Amino acid sequence: MNTEKKHIFDNPRNVQKVLYGLFGCLILLLALEPFIQKHPYFVWEESFGFYAIYGFVACVLLVLVAKYILRPFIKKEEDYYD
Amino acid sequence: MIEFIPPAFIYIAGALLVPLLRGRVKSAYMLILPVISFLFLINAQVGTAWEINFLGFDLVPFKVDRLSLIFGYIFHLISLIGIIYTLSIKSDLEYVAGLVYAGSALGVVFSGDLFSFFVFWEMLTVSALWLIWARRTKASQAAGFRYLMVHVFGGLVLLAGIIMYISEQKSISLGFIGLHSAATYLIFIGMGINAAWPLLHTWLTDAYPESTVGGAVFLSAFTTKTAVYALARTFPGTEELIWIGAVMTAFPIFFAVIENDMRRVLSYSLINQVGFMMVGIGIGTQLSINGAAAHAFAHILYKSLLFMSMGAVMFRTGKINATDLGGLYKSMPWTALFCSIGAASISAFPLTSGFVSKSMVLDAAAHGHMTIIWLTLLFASAGVFHHSGIKIPFFAFFGHDAGHRVKEAPPSMLIAMGIAAFFCIFLGVYPKFLYSILPYPVDFVPYTAPHVLSQLQLLMFSALAFTLLLLSGIYPAEIRAINLDTDWFYRKGGHLFYQVMDKGLNAVNRTFERVFVGKFLVHVTSHVKRLPATLLAKICWPFWKTAFNAPDKKTIQENLLKRAQSGFYPISIMGLFAAIYFALLFLL
Repeated sequence: MNTEKKHIFDNPRNVQKVLYGLFGCLILLLALEPFIQKHPYFVWEESFGFYAIYGFVACVLLVLVAKYILRPFIKKEEDYYD
Repeated sequence: MIEFIPPAFIYIAGALLVPLLRGRVKSAYMLILPVISFLFLINAQVGTAWEINFLGFDLVPFKVDRLSLIFGYIFHLISLIGIIYTLSIKSDLEYVAGLVYAGSALGVVFSGDLFSFFVFWEMLTVSALWLIWARRTKASQAAGFRYLMVHVFGGLVLLAGIIMYISEQKSISLGFIGLHSAATYLIFIGMGINAAWPLLHTWLTDAYPESTVGGAVFLSAFTTKTAVYALARTFPGTEELIWIGAVMTAFPIFFAVIENDMRRVLSYSLINQVGFMMVGIGIGTQLSINGAAAHAFAHILYKSLLFMSMGAVMFRTGKINATDLGGLYKSMPWTALFCSIGAASISAFPLTSGFVSKSMVLDAAAHGHMTIIWLTLLFASAGVFHHSGIKIPFFAFFGHDAGHRVKEAPPSMLIAMGIAAFFCIFLGVYPKFLYSILPYPVDFVPYTAPHVLSQLQLLMFSALAFTLLLLSGIYPAEIRAINLDTDWFYRKGGHLFYQVMDKGLNAVNRTFERVFVGKFLVHVTSHVKRLPATLLAKICWPFWKTAFNAPDKKTIQENLLKRAQSGFYPISIMGLFAAIYFALLFLL
């Protein structure tokens, strides 16, 4: 019998709730966009979902480049400098 | 009644008394120092300047304007928070170093001349060093030494520039310099080393993660932000800074994504944030300078909050690598909460301090129609959320449970984090407070519907990217490894240099020693030793051969040599020669 107190994210359903919350927010943020008057500096800011797409693509690219291009070049054993 | 005491004096002189005090008195004394200094400062009028004539130069050790004031305020606030944080770490060395360090930073921002500026600038390096060495590990010793070498080099570059500049200008007053001659380029680069410019940045990511738990909190606040102040004072509107800043915002996030040491992740994101300030200074409009100063103010708070939370984790668990952490929200819920607030602020979520400051720099770039810069900054904004906003709290406090069951951070640490967290939200909710202390009047409204929406879209879809990458297993697993950076050149390069010197110059040394010392000198000395006896034997032999029934020449020579060694020369012969000489003189 596990005597340790159960914590909130030990229950997978709570993790699922967080994920659903995130997805709900994303849909809401996109849904609100047509109702908001924009004051763009650049033309592309006017296109629907520019920031959402930019944020998503930027992060995916960031991770892929860091993992597959940068890491193979610079990864060394922890005692490399010793 | 004393009218005014400069903050630097209160901090530095005050620091020296700390080791003499004990217990609660010491704690109370350290807490009251920044408060007293702050009370003096808020009564100082803008435009106050102290002038002292020294060797024909006008020293201005204390000068107040609005740019120095905002840095002065935040340095007071963060040193108070840092002191509260370190109260549970009983280390006089760190207290004294921390106070002198903060005092030096205050000295820099209130210096009105290049001489005082440089003296305080160097004191920053020297005092910061002890916050690294106080960790007392082999790694921290080595990192501290490298830190010293880089900053001594930077200091010399700056000094060379300052001396050349003074001889050009015939004045030591500190004000706008601008890039126009060799001297100004040297000053620019000297300051840039402290601002952790790309390729010159590795002293930071090398040393900060090796410093003490409390030391990192101080370090994260002062050196780079003092350089931000210095560049804003002397090089506003320098276009090079825009590009340097843009590179600074973008490249560290790649390193941060694959870094295992959490405080090193924070160090990379520190460089990324200073990049925004560099861009702001480089653009040089009132909005952008305001943005840089506001961002420095906000950044000092949330960055130190993040360093404090990771310090608390390290203090309790003894671990700092992402591979060793996880699930700590269970045992350190308050630290997790404060860390999350810091993470939200650095990501510039609406209602946090990052949102109201960073957007000024982005807006200034957009105003100037700097497309590439603006897109880079936006990319960096998404990226910083990715590695500092999500990675730090997620891998430390959530993620897989590493099984640490520790106590919550000590009360003093929680209070310090609480104060910083309060300001992160307070500035976000009530930006007027921050805007009212900026160098120029502010005509900027952060909370407009499209701005809030676009920022939330940017961040939440970055979060989506993180979530999907993590769930799909593409997100790079944390690996027990280190990542190379440009410090490789001087760490391995230094080693290579040593080898080359060892094999090259030492080989010359060794050959020289073997030939000159081992052979040549031995011959010379043995000859010299034998010389008087040999000479004497040569001179006297013709006489002795006829005069006495002498033994052979060799025996005489050896006898002479023995006498010579014992200092017993047959001086009578020399006496005879002398007598003959004088006789000849007398007769002729």
